[in-house]
Amino acid sequence: MSYHANEKGYYGEFGGAFIPEMLFPNCEELRQNYVQVMETDEFRREFQQLLKDYVGRPTPLYFAERLSEKYQTKIYLKREDLCHTGAHKVNNTIGQILMAKKLGKNRIIAETGAGQHGVATATVCALMGIECVVYMGEIDIARQAPNVARMKMLGAEVRPAKSGSRTLKDATNEAIRDWINNPVDTHYIIGSVVGPHPYPDMVARFQSVISEEVKWQLKEKEGREHPDYVVACVGGGSNAAGIYYHYLDTPEVGIIAVEAAGKGINSGESAATSALGKVGIIHGSKTLLMQTPDGQITEPYSISAGLDYPGVGPMHAHLFKSGRGEFISITDDDAMTAGLELSQLEGIIPAIETSHAFAIFNHRKFDKDAVVVINLSGRGDKDLNTYIGYFKI
Amino acid sequence: MNRIKERLNTDKKVLSIYFTAGYPNLGDTVPIIHELEKSGVDMIEIGLPFSDPLADGPTIQESSTHALKNGMTTELLFEQLAGIRKTISIPLIIMGYFNPVLQYGVEEFCAKCQEIGIDGVILPDLPFDVYQEEYEAIFKKHGLGNTFLITPQTSEERIRKLDAASDGFIYMVSSASTTGAKSGFGEEQLNYFERIAALKLTNPQIVGFGISNAETFKAATANAKGAIIGSAFIKHLTQHGVSTIDKFVAGIR
Ligand SMILES: Cc1ncc(COP(=O)(O)O)c(C=O)c1O
Repeated sequence: MSYHANEKGYYGEFGGAFIPEMLFPNCEELRQNYVQVMETDEFRREFQQLLKDYVGRPTPLYFAERLSEKYQTKIYLKREDLCHTGAHKVNNTIGQILMAKKLGKNRIIAETGAGQHGVATATVCALMGIECVVYMGEIDIARQAPNVARMKMLGAEVRPAKSGSRTLKDATNEAIRDWINNPVDTHYIIGSVVGPHPYPDMVARFQSVISEEVKWQLKEKEGREHPDYVVACVGGGSNAAGIYYHYLDTPEVGIIAVEAAGKGINSGESAATSALGKVGIIHGSKTLLMQTPDGQITEPYSISAGLDYPGVGPMHAHLFKSGRGEFISITDDDAMTAGLELSQLEGIIPAIETSHAFAIFNHRKFDKDAVVVINLSGRGDKDLNTYIGYFKI
Repeated sequence: MNRIKERLNTDKKVLSIYFTAGYPNLGDTVPIIHELEKSGVDMIEIGLPFSDPLADGPTIQESSTHALKNGMTTELLFEQLAGIRKTISIPLIIMGYFNPVLQYGVEEFCAKCQEIGIDGVILPDLPFDVYQEEYEAIFKKHGLGNTFLITPQTSEERIRKLDAASDGFIYMVSSASTTGAKSGFGEEQLNYFERIAALKLTNPQIVGFGISNAETFKAATANAKGAIIGSAFIKHLTQHGVSTIDKFVAGIR
C-alpha cells in the first residue's frame, strides 16, 4: 500500500478533482503536464538553483540539545524558518512560478489567510516580473496588516474577499472564481496540499525537498536516514507533506500530525479537522472537512491564522483514516506556551503555527533514544503582536 | 425526466428560470414556483443553497448566504416541495453543489427527489467520471436525469462524451465565467453558439450564464433550444419580491 497519490489524484478514498466543468481545462492542462515538466533536466536545474541561491537551501537540521535534555529524547529541528520570507511556503511558490512559466502563463493568482503564502507568491512574482493578484478575506486583511503591506511593497495587488465568512476559505473561493473567469493566461498558485488534483500531489512534490534533505542530513548526524518520528503542524498540510514525503511508505518512521484545537475540541472554536471533520468536498477535493450536518462548510478557529482552515489535504485525511498517521490536537494556550519555551531554550522564536508542533512533548512521551524530527515550518516575526498581546510582554 | 423531454420536444424556445430556495424569504420557494408556472416559464431550476458556491458570481452567492441565514436546509426544501406535483406540471430541476447532497446521502437524496416529482439534478462540481463510476445507477434507478455543463473551452471530444452520457439536455455555459459575470454577448460567444449548433448533438442545448433580458435570451436561443436566467431573476426578486414575477417573465419573450 502506498500513501502517495495515485494516477487520478486519490489518496485512498480522498482527493480527486470535484470541479465544475469551467475549471476542467485549467486543471487538465496542469494534470497532463506537471509531472513531465517537473522531471525535465532544465526544470530541475532551475528549481534547485533558486532553492539554493534565492531561498537559502539546504536549511539546517539542528540538534536541539536543551529541548532534548528537557524532554529526555533526541529532538532535531528542520529549520524551514530560515527560508527566504520566513517559512516553507516559498518552496512551493518557487516550484509553481517555474511551472507557470513553462506553461506560458503571464498572470498569477493566489489565496492567502495569514498572508504567508501571499507574501511567498508576491515574492516569486516580483522575482520573475509577473503580474500577481492575491485574494485575502476582508477580515484577515484587517488583522494581518504587516503582511498586506509586504505584498503591496512586492508589487502584488491584494483583493479583499468579501463573500461568505470573509476569511481563508472565501479567499480560496474567490481565487477559484478568478481562475474560472481567466482560464487561459492565468496560473493559480495554491498555497497548500489542498484543492483539486493535481494540486495536492504537485505541492507535496515541491515541498518534498524538506524530507529529501533530512535523509542525508540525518545520515550525517545519526548514521541513519530514518528518524523514529517526523512531526509537523497541519493547516492544509504542506509543511507536513514535505517532511513526511520520503517516509510515507517507510512504516518504521512514525508520522505525527499536529492540528489546532483552538479553545478546545469541544469548545465550538477549533480547527482540529481530523477530530471534528467528516468526509466531504471542499475546494474541489474529497477530504475531511468541518461542516454542518447539512453539508455547509463551517468557519474554524485557531489563534494561528495559518492553521485556520476547515479542511485538510487529502494525503492527511488518508493518513488519519488509515491509521498511518498519529493525529494530536493542541490548544491555543498549549501552543503559545510551547512557542515561548522554544524561544527560551533554543533561541528560536517560532511561528505560532509551528508552536503547535512543539507542544506535543507535554502530551506524549518518547523513548530516550528515539530520534524525533520536527518541522520548524516558520519564524515568529509575523506573530510578534499576538505573542506580545498574549504574554503581556 | 420525461417531463423535461416533453417540454424540449416542441418547436418553442424554452425559458428556464433559476432561483435560490429560501430567498428572499424562507417560505418563498413554493410561491415562486407557482408564479413562474403561471407566467409561462417552461422549466425551473431550484437552487439548493451552499456556503461555498465557487462557480457562482456575487448575486447568487449573496442569495445563498441569505437563504442559509434564513434557515434553508436540504430537508426543509424537501418538506416545502412535498405535494408540489398536485399543482405544478412543468419540469423541476434541483441545482446545487455536491457536498450537501453527499451529506444527505446520494441514494436518499435521489429517492426523495423521485418521491416529490423532481425531474433532474444539476451538480456542477460532481465530475463526469465520478458520476459514471459511482452514481449513475442510483440516479437512473430514481428516474433522475443528470445534466452536464460544457463551456467554450470544452473540447469537441469531451462534448461528444458528455452528450452521450446526457439524457435530457446539455447545459451550455455561455462564456468562461462564473454566473452573472458578463453582460451581453460578443462575437466570441456567438461563434461558440454556432460552433456547438453545428455539432448536431443528440441532446438539445440550453444556454446559461449571462442571460438577463429579451435581447440576450434571443441571441442565446438563435441556435440553442433554450436559455436559463439566474442572476437577473434573483436581482428582480431582491428589488421587487415575488408579486411581480409575471412582469419579469413577460419582459423576456
Ligand atoms: C509557518 C507556517 N507553518 C504552517 C502553516 C500551515 O500550512 P501548511 O499546513 O500547508 O503547512 C503556515 C500557513 O500559513 C505557516 O505560515
